[in-house]
Amino acid sequence: MNTPAETGKQVGKQILGPDDVRRAITRMAHEIIERNRGTADVALVGIQTGGVWVAEALAAEIDRIDVEADPVVVGSVDASLYRDDIGLRPVSPGSVSDLTFTVDGITVVLVDDVLYTGRTVRAALDAIGDYGRPEAVQLAAIVDRGHRELPIRPDFVGKNLPTSADENVSVTTDGVTIS
Amino acid sequence: MTRSLLSIAELGERGLRRLLDISDHMAEVNRRPNPKVPALRGKTVCNVFFEDSTRTRLSFETAAKRLSADTMNFAVSQSSLSKGESLRDTIETIAAMGVDAFVIRHKSSGAPWQLGEWTNASVINAGDGWHAHPTQALLDMYTVRTALNRPAGLDGLRVAMVGDIKHSRVARSTTEAFKLLGADVTWVSPRTLLPPAHDEHVATNLDDVIDDIDVLYLLRMQNERMSEALVPNLREYTARFGLTPARAKRLGQHVLVMHPGPMNRGVEMAVDPGELPGNVINQQVTNGINVRMAVLFDLLGSGAEQSLAATSETRSPE
Repeated sequence: MNTPAETGKQVGKQILGPDDVRRAITRMAHEIIERNRGTADVALVGIQTGGVWVAEALAAEIDRIDVEADPVVVGSVDASLYRDDIGLRPVSPGSVSDLTFTVDGITVVLVDDVLYTGRTVRAALDAIGDYGRPEAVQLAAIVDRGHRELPIRPDFVGKNLPTSADENVSVTTDGVTIS
Repeated sequence: MTRSLLSIAELGERGLRRLLDISDHMAEVNRRPNPKVPALRGKTVCNVFFEDSTRTRLSFETAAKRLSADTMNFAVSQSSLSKGESLRDTIETIAAMGVDAFVIRHKSSGAPWQLGEWTNASVINAGDGWHAHPTQALLDMYTVRTALNRPAGLDGLRVAMVGDIKHSRVARSTTEAFKLLGADVTWVSPRTLLPPAHDEHVATNLDDVIDDIDVLYLLRMQNERMSEALVPNLREYTARFGLTPARAKRLGQHVLVMHPGPMNRGVEMAVDPGELPGNVINQQVTNGINVRMAVLFDLLGSGAEQSLAATSETRSPE
């Protein structure tokens, strides 16, 4: 299903379709609720920019599943001021961080679309730390494409996707494409 | 390639918009309980001020510190310049200590360009003569943009810039920036205080425009202009160009009132600005830190020129 040999076209190769992405989000929503025994003390924080829609989709799904609970708290964090490669390549921040709730004592689920080297997550962890001291931080990503450069692992994954470093992985509601 | 911020004209519309967008991120940092990020760790910023300035120098220094850069302050009066060392030797000496950016204010127009010829560090113009003051223009644009919530631009916004246009680098830079964002600027000034050649709209009495503006930008009236006989006296200036209680009553509720500071109370500002509904003078000062952080980050923290592409390795280029 995901043999890289078939790639090479400019358009890229679709790995997951829209339904697969939707189902992965549903499953991850269930896992987040189960792992945390509900979401009363949980906040989903999407990493700018690609993780924001994923966090919102996960939150919508959690609220749909857990109808009786209060809506889960959602925010976003921009990690570009915490990156370790500042000055080495162009940086253009996405949208502004939106963390209007206190993170002290809650469980923050960091959410991104693709997990790769782990450096973005490392930067996001530092950013979260500047807002307070969460009880715990968990990590969710639609796609884990491997090639980690830091000791970081996800708690919730939509799909493990072996890739080579020169490939690009794009994740939208329309599916997952590799090119 | 070394990049510098020397004037609004060199920055251009695209660069101006980019810096205003980055300023949003810095404003968010400054709203936090701990307003500091590690973005420019290991970078050194040197303030070189040949003219007195409290707010601009403190603003740059605060901005650098909130980005975790180290700062050096070069006090000209205590320097070897007073022992006869040339400016060039002084700058090259400081640069040899390892400086990533110079923030310079100088009474001579063009001094920042000259400095840029002598150093590989980035140069930020913090005001040169009558010529340019780009970070003031940036903070003015950011203040208007956030106060009116108009991130897309300022098309059709009617601005009256009042006072000594001729000798004002603020007037020059801020007018340029307003026009790049689509605003219409009218210079309101005695004929003696207008630049010799220009193509701006002009009014010679504040009463002629005050009913039809969205932004009232008052410039500092400098006392030297009296001794130069460019203005008869301060009272007459206030009568024609000052924001008096009578004019404050005519001012629409929506009109933003701005001043670059330091303010001459009783001259250009003959009312208590705190009582004006559109007073954003303090926001200008606060936003100065936001935009200066954006400038420093853009010059020192971005690895290449003006890339607006998606850059995280987890995302494909769009």
